[in-house]
Amino acid sequence: MAKIRVVIAKPGLDGHDRGARVIARALRDAGMEVIYTGLRQTPEQIVTAALQEDADVIGLSILSGAHMHICPAVMTLLREKGLGDVLVVVGGIIPDVDIPRLQEIGVPGIFLPGTPMQEIVDFIRKHVRTRVESA
Amino acid sequence: MNTMKSSTPEHDLAERAARRESFTTVSGRPIAPLYTPAEVAGLDYERDLGDPGEFPYARGIHATGYRGKLWTMRQFAGFGTPEETNARYAQLLAAGGTGLSVAFDLPTLMGRDPDHELSLGEVGKCGVNVTSLADMEALFDGIDLGAVTTSMTINSPAAMIFAMYLVVAEKQGVGWQTLSGTIQNDILKEFIAQKEYIYPPRPSMRLVTDVFAFCAEQVPKWNTISVSGYHIREAGATAAQELAFTLRDGIEYVQYGIDAGLDVDAFAPRISFFFNSHSDFFEEIAKYRAARRIWARVMRDRFGARSPRSWQLRFHAQTAGVSLTAQQPYNNVVRTALQALAAVLGGAQSLHTNSLDEALALPTAEAATLALRTQQIIACETGVANVVDPLGGSYFVEALTRELEEEALGYFERIDAMGGMVEAIERGYPQKEIAESAYRFQQAVERGEKVIVGVNGFVEPDEEPIGTLYIDHTVGEKQRARLADVRARRDEAAVRAALGRLQDNARGRANLMPLLLEAVRAYATIGEMCDALRQVWGEYEEVPVI
Repeated sequence: MAKIRVVIAKPGLDGHDRGARVIARALRDAGMEVIYTGLRQTPEQIVTAALQEDADVIGLSILSGAHMHICPAVMTLLREKGLGDVLVVVGGIIPDVDIPRLQEIGVPGIFLPGTPMQEIVDFIRKHVRTRVESA
Repeated sequence: MNTMKSSTPEHDLAERAARRESFTTVSGRPIAPLYTPAEVAGLDYERDLGDPGEFPYARGIHATGYRGKLWTMRQFAGFGTPEETNARYAQLLAAGGTGLSVAFDLPTLMGRDPDHELSLGEVGKCGVNVTSLADMEALFDGIDLGAVTTSMTINSPAAMIFAMYLVVAEKQGVGWQTLSGTIQNDILKEFIAQKEYIYPPRPSMRLVTDVFAFCAEQVPKWNTISVSGYHIREAGATAAQELAFTLRDGIEYVQYGIDAGLDVDAFAPRISFFFNSHSDFFEEIAKYRAARRIWARVMRDRFGARSPRSWQLRFHAQTAGVSLTAQQPYNNVVRTALQALAAVLGGAQSLHTNSLDEALALPTAEAATLALRTQQIIACETGVANVVDPLGGSYFVEALTRELEEEALGYFERIDAMGGMVEAIERGYPQKEIAESAYRFQQAVERGEKVIVGVNGFVEPDEEPIGTLYIDHTVGEKQRARLADVRARRDEAAVRAALGRLQDNARGRANLMPLLLEAVRAYATIGEMCDALRQVWGEYEEVPVI
């Protein structure tokens, strides 16, 4: 079975990349193929990276409070590019009131500070489309 | 309650085996079961500790400790529009806060106007948005800049924001000679840890030394830099790495100042430091004591500074944001109180205590007040401020102080061998060291070797959410409207002329502060000033590695 391909991205202006780097390594250690985009990515750049890398999963790390602007923009662009089946997960500082709103627009996995890495690994394995289905 | 009677007097039984194979600090440092005079043999009181107020200041820089003056309770705050933050300041000052500390939003920190593409959704979220002098005027409306001390956490555009502050003082009729406060202005830790950089390291360092030179003449009571370990630690560094990289950054700034032609004793006394106060109680206290001793010796012996004020390391501390958990958020009050106590026992000059809700959002007014009350309880009720350096002479604390010092000096050697901190940063050395430590800590948590209450131990299944501060999107609209208004009313030709002169001089060697002041007075925006210099110096880009 092919490895799960994950694009980890830091959108917006924030530079706090500890979470993004730690989860990138943890997913790699769990056997996934991980591409880290680096800092200050626009929604367009993130979706382009997902397209080029044939990603199964996009992981967004957002601690700045801009998630309600960035996530809808990413989801719209994904649908426009025919990537509606890419699993999108978000980690960071997300107020409770925004969690159902993010789920409504198609972000099923939302992980707050203190989430065990294994929980994220398990979530991705359970919810990612399989390579066979997508082929 | 008859449990006392029925309990076995276990201490009468045979010696117990240790609960764990090894005991380590939060930084992974092994700790012995007991410390005795053997661990501090070779430590000479006069040479290595000194009385408080005496070289090398391991026991503190003031002979009277907190008896003369308590630490400054300086709560970092900022969100939304300048008017909203101005109201929060009024509340903090009324509650007994003794200094202001401005948190700016990401567009401001990155030198972008609120109408820039990358500012989408970021305006006013992590701090207050300040785009032009008009915002700075609103932020300090009704606050006498001659009567408060203000700390501003701003780095890449520190010179621009500082120029705005100086012009507000000018308009209030407050002389620059009397102004007191701090700008963070620490670009090296941005490359290392927080990653809010704009320009490449060398032109960035020039902006820093321009501020040193300008303040030495014009704003003599201002702290021109706050060399920061806080962000280095938050990014995952160990206590020793925080200590080493921060002080080595300090050395780099002093060297660049000297290389720019400044006399070391003219600017070194205005250098201040900013450390994290993390959860491992004694390791943190030892870290502050080691920092003072190392700095005193570096300044005297490496740089030949003659003024005791150049030798004395003064520092602000903030409790560890990274230690706060979204789970069981009230536990964060306890964590913060203990971390604050470590900072006080370590001799901090000023302190910020985090609020219980900061793993979830920016703090509510109630949470921010409780955080301030935590400091007031330590100051007024615990008695720890009655005596200077109460832990001095503890076998454990002194041994730990020396261990941390030795580890930091080892890093100094490696970084010196690379040619300096700018060169080490260009090679990605501190960045890699920190990323490695961050991952090791996370693995220790995952394996259950480190227990975080409420996260991987003592977990509660169904928690009730707490109320948090919510910043809505209208902040961005308001700030974009004000920006449009400023642009419509200002003298456009004066702005263009000032920005042109700024660019011309950026290509040369003149001090840029007077040119930034001129641009600020003409209501040039932070984005315009930073863009003018981006065109001359280019932008820094990090190679993303994991």
